[in-house]
Amino acid sequence: MRTFIYNSKLKFVLGFVLIQISLTGQNDSAGIHHVSTDSTKLLLNLDAVYNRPFLQYGKIPVAIGGYVEANTNYAVTDGVTEGFSFQMRRMTLFLSSSIHRKIKFLTEIEFEDGTKEINIEFASVDFQFHPMFNFRGGIIMNPIGGFNQNHDGPKWEFIDRPISATQLLPSTFSNVGFGFFGKMYKPDFVFAYELYLTNGFNENIISNSENKTFLPTTKLDPDRFEESFNGEPLTNAKVSLRHRKIGELGLSYMGGCYNKFQEDGLVLDVRRNANIYAVDFNTSIPKAKTSIVAEWAWVFVDVPDTYTQQFGKKQYGGFIDIVQPIIRKKMFGFEKASLNLAFRTEYVDWNVGTFNETGGNISDEVVAIVPGISFRTSPQTVIRFNYRYQWQKDILGNPAARTAAIQFGVSSYF
Amino acid sequence: MYICAMKRNILFLVFGLVVLFSCKKIMPKAPPDDELLDGPVEGLTTEETKQFLAGDIAFNDDVFTAQNGLGPLFVANSCGSCHAGDGKGHPFTTLTRFGQIDSTGNQFINQGGPQLQNRAIPGYSPEQIPSGATSTKILPPANTGLGFLDAISDADILANADPNDADADGISGVPNWITPPYYCSFRPNTLLQGGKYIARFGKKGAAYDLLQQTANAYNQDMGISSYFEPIDTYSKLEVDPEISNQTVYDVVFYLKTLKAPVQRNANDPDVKAGKQLFIDIGCEKCHTAQFKTGHSSISALANKTIAPYTDMLLHDMGPGLDDGYTEGSAKTYEWKTPPLWGLGLAKNSQGGSYFLMHDGRAAGIESAILMHGGEGTQSKMNFENLSTSDKAKIVKFLESL
Repeated sequence: MRTFIYNSKLKFVLGFVLIQISLTGQNDSAGIHHVSTDSTKLLLNLDAVYNRPFLQYGKIPVAIGGYVEANTNYAVTDGVTEGFSFQMRRMTLFLSSSIHRKIKFLTEIEFEDGTKEINIEFASVDFQFHPMFNFRGGIIMNPIGGFNQNHDGPKWEFIDRPISATQLLPSTFSNVGFGFFGKMYKPDFVFAYELYLTNGFNENIISNSENKTFLPTTKLDPDRFEESFNGEPLTNAKVSLRHRKIGELGLSYMGGCYNKFQEDGLVLDVRRNANIYAVDFNTSIPKAKTSIVAEWAWVFVDVPDTYTQQFGKKQYGGFIDIVQPIIRKKMFGFEKASLNLAFRTEYVDWNVGTFNETGGNISDEVVAIVPGISFRTSPQTVIRFNYRYQWQKDILGNPAARTAAIQFGVSSYF
Repeated sequence: MYICAMKRNILFLVFGLVVLFSCKKIMPKAPPDDELLDGPVEGLTTEETKQFLAGDIAFNDDVFTAQNGLGPLFVANSCGSCHAGDGKGHPFTTLTRFGQIDSTGNQFINQGGPQLQNRAIPGYSPEQIPSGATSTKILPPANTGLGFLDAISDADILANADPNDADADGISGVPNWITPPYYCSFRPNTLLQGGKYIARFGKKGAAYDLLQQTANAYNQDMGISSYFEPIDTYSKLEVDPEISNQTVYDVVFYLKTLKAPVQRNANDPDVKAGKQLFIDIGCEKCHTAQFKTGHSSISALANKTIAPYTDMLLHDMGPGLDDGYTEGSAKTYEWKTPPLWGLGLAKNSQGGSYFLMHDGRAAGIESAILMHGGEGTQSKMNFENLSTSDKAKIVKFLESL
């Protein structure tokens, strides 16, 4: 069954690639053109899914695009290394189509680690009834935090995605569902809301080989795009506000039942919820062109008292990225090139609380700093060099395992 | 302007080159060998090293969930949960055992004994101690140097026994005689007395070998059935193995071939003086400094001189440490002398605090000494009569182990 699904996915993806080749293969520079985005409008993380460099052929109402990420990795943990590796992190393909002036479709298909994982990350139809009232249905990227909505590799100066976004929050997290979103523009700010109901979590979040409460393991359920694990929808809501001078602030919530509390009409357990709250902020300081992106999330999971404390009831963590362009001019023949310094600091506490037996603090936390340098040949293409230093403590708070990594990579839209 | 930009470019070039050429310096170094409890013994063959690694993964990385056999009743969901860094455990994973008060066996074996599974997967209720059963709490022990202890001959252990206190020093010391489970392989020249054999692992010294200890831990701690211990702790029925024999053997091999802790600061004058005081006040009578291992199928363990600071025997530790529970032929007030090697590194596996004695009741080395009763009373009193600086020297010596 799994092989059949895999083959079907592969055929679909191959077909998609063939369409792309047939379109680009015509090599008609007059016919193929970049789809321009409206740069006068204030953009939000919500807009990231459509705010990408698409290519369109003639007047065909279909646009394609994608991005690729690859890097080298050399990491050492407490003097022990697995050596040097090349990593093909992901290649992602986009396809968008205007079905009608007010109906749009977009899909995003991602190949991770070669073809180890093939996922449809986004595939939804948007109906615009009013700017404040749009209906979206299909595979939706859940708007929790900012990173999950705005995660394309070429936009970031860092090779690794933030731990809090990909391991505390389960980015990239998509589910089948429906909902509404809308935006209200004023001269100096834009306000947006999103409200969706989708399929949700499952019991993997407190029963997994990570040995901690771990939301991303919900994605291991191969049936999650087919049916809800427990018949209960996940509620996801976000409000965002961007001021032209201050930046964008997003507040989001995602929550619902994660366990199979009943089956065939029989009660198996009490209903247990997972609730996630996130705040995200991004801004750019106009004069210095410094960009700042930050996100913090809180996770609350109703873990049974009789289960092991290894799986935390409360988690939190976040990251802050600061990117400072230091040279912006034509370099090596690239018109809009820039050289940037970047710095990330991130932290996650996987298990907030105290031991029942001793009253002592439960540790299980990670903190990392990541200085880096990036060279952008254009806003769509980045060559980046990162140095990561990370301290990871076990649940008891024993001396931290120290990991350092040197990474060099490229990422580009195409 | 041009010169300024030029300087900036040169600065970044230099920065980049410094980063590239100082890779080794900016990478975290391995902690000194004597600061770590994990790692293999020296002298393993390539084949043995591979099995050590397989066991290391099974022990430290394998996590059991409801999907792969955990529970439904359990204490911990991985070996590494109880033995972080292969060191002593934390009260978070303390075991509770109940139901046996003498050598006639566990009277509550059909009511969930001998071990309480105090946790359960969602939808199940944890076990409760049956009414009328006495119980004790047991802190997970360190794993280091177990292969060396396994390779000590029965005769050498018995040589230190003095059941009738013939030398009138107040210290007797007896082995725990047990009937090993059928799957244990007997050591060469193992001794037999009344149909029973000398056991040596566990706080009561009631497990014959590391296979028995490991199979029991999978079964009683994690609810994982195996070919060796096939009875499910929840249903009390014989069920299919939830772990392969090879994995169990790999873990046993891993435990056998973990290195012995390395003493630090052995030549420090205070440490030397502390060691002498340790001997002078009688601690070494039970915490025997040296043994020589005998035969072992793993040549790296055979015929080695070791310093575990245990005589591997049971001693009366007095009413303060009598929890009313026992195993094998031990009395409820008898405990096996715990090895002291690695004691100074215990905090690094216990979250920065000491949890000493069989149940972690002592928050430091000195308080652990002062909890000794029974056969340890005289040594404890001798310790109490020492000057503060001499006490500190003993503690410093113990911390160096």
